[in-house]
Amino acid sequence: MAVSVDEAVSTGPARDRTPPARRLGGRGRSALEVALLTVLAVVMLFPVLWMIETSIKENRDVYAVPAQFFGFTVTMDHFKDVFVGPDGGRSALSVAFLNSAVVAGVSTVLATVLGVPAAWAYSRLAVKARKDQLFFILSTRFMPPVVVVIPIFLMYRQVGLIDSKLGLILIYTAFNVPFTIWMMKGFVDEVPAEYEDAAMLDGYTRLQAFWRFTLPLLVPGIAATAVFALIFSWNEFVFAIFLTSSDSVRTAPPAIAGLIGGTTTDWGLVAAASVVFALPVLVFAYLVRKHLVAGVTLGAVRR
Amino acid sequence: MTPPAPGRSRRLSDRWLAVAFISPALLLLLAMSVFPLLWALYLSFTDYSATRGGPARSVGFGNYTAILTSAQVHQRALTTLVYVVGAVTLQTVLGFGIAYLISRRTHGRGVLTTLFLVPMMLSPVVVGLFWRFMLDAQFGVINSMLGSLGLGPVEWLTRQRTALISLIVVDTWQWTPFIMLIALAGLTAVPKYLYEAASIDRASEWFRFRTITLPLVWPLLLIAVLFRAIEAFRLFDLVYILTNGGPGVSTETLSFHVYKVAFLGFNTGTASAYGILMVLVVIVLTQLYLRYLNKLKEG
Repeated sequence: MAVSVDEAVSTGPARDRTPPARRLGGRGRSALEVALLTVLAVVMLFPVLWMIETSIKENRDVYAVPAQFFGFTVTMDHFKDVFVGPDGGRSALSVAFLNSAVVAGVSTVLATVLGVPAAWAYSRLAVKARKDQLFFILSTRFMPPVVVVIPIFLMYRQVGLIDSKLGLILIYTAFNVPFTIWMMKGFVDEVPAEYEDAAMLDGYTRLQAFWRFTLPLLVPGIAATAVFALIFSWNEFVFAIFLTSSDSVRTAPPAIAGLIGGTTTDWGLVAAASVVFALPVLVFAYLVRKHLVAGVTLGAVRR
Repeated sequence: MTPPAPGRSRRLSDRWLAVAFISPALLLLLAMSVFPLLWALYLSFTDYSATRGGPARSVGFGNYTAILTSAQVHQRALTTLVYVVGAVTLQTVLGFGIAYLISRRTHGRGVLTTLFLVPMMLSPVVVGLFWRFMLDAQFGVINSMLGSLGLGPVEWLTRQRTALISLIVVDTWQWTPFIMLIALAGLTAVPKYLYEAASIDRASEWFRFRTITLPLVWPLLLIAVLFRAIEAFRLFDLVYILTNGGPGVSTETLSFHVYKVAFLGFNTGTASAYGILMVLVVIVLTQLYLRYLNKLKEG
């Protein structure tokens, strides 16, 4: 684990040895740095741990004052409530999780199908004003969602896409395409163009060369890109809350946010739902840790 | 880059291939991003309301002058500015600090990096909800911890001043890892021989930091800072969940105000003008970002 994440953040040789000058006076200072890092790590991780802890506490312990850090009774009731409704059937939350999976999955597939060929074309073929086009594509991703959602709302109302999964899928595809193109262009650039040239000398057409020689080499990159697109769609909230309303369509983020609507909030349930919601993201993010820098900058920064 | 095209037919088919491969993606973006913005641009010159219906009447630049001269909007702009500058500054300082400390470790860098990155991957909804719970004035764990230190309870989210601070703190918690990740990428790319040369010259630690580390990491860090600034300017979901703009209007940022004008006031025309103005700000910031990005790539 340690080694692979190191690869994620360092391309140059790791500074594995402290320079001799520092080592002499550095013992105490080094200990101080370790202590500082530990404190910072605890601060950064505490909310996550607290969320996990709250999700397995009984309600009276959740609201205990002062807060109970240890020695509470462990219960899985909140997790049961996430999936099983009060009537014994499927809960609204579990439907929302399913909707999220469908919307995120389909929009990611669409964005990949649209984005990968475009990225290849931008990388390999002569395109007029390539740089301008690429910059335009990325800048669409930076539009404030609250602003875009106003005309999208009116547009969807005209064509009957309000409160439909298709509507969400379309808008998520549109915001994942710029990311996919930028991210994938980097991966295509890394595959030598000579492979295709050689294939074409052998009599393949350009399209065949792309399909049979370049595309197979791009598969790991496509997988990583798709995982990021999946995470973005899964986590998305603004479009989801304004464009959907019914339980059968709503995705998980607005459904979880809806848990705090009333006068009392079942924080144990909120915590359990959050854990269930966040877990896949963390697992997926761990899988693509090598590409995190490129992924979180929308493919703009590559190392 | 493109290979020398051997013949006319090859070049022609390449052009068709480019069109066939690129246009579907561009068409989608035109339909889902450009067209809506053009529609918003049109609406911004009218008094259209999404609920009242009826034909939209032209009001010229009326909406724009109303927004640009509104004291309410000025206040939101100030709140947004405080929030963006406060959050991004804190994130940059903390993120770079953590990255610097991690880059000096010889063992466990991978584990540390992974742990620090967790907040960034969470949805703002989860983050907002969870901090709302932790910052609760009665049973929140933060006040509980303050209590055991002998400090009185703080009404984090229900007092005007502390609410904005809480928002900045939560955003900082979530996005410090972002700056850290990018700063770390920059720090580990600094060639080792530069440090060795400096230590042969017996350069002081501070001198090395100022003359080697900072100039080499700065371009990348600037990209990260600009990126965060754009994101913070656009931010809506965290405000919506954590404070809902309150108490009063103390945490209403521009994005949140647009939402209120559009979806609670249903002044669609005014909200569109408001939105277009925000888009202009984002476009300026994005241009700046892309320009630095370009410089970084060429440099």
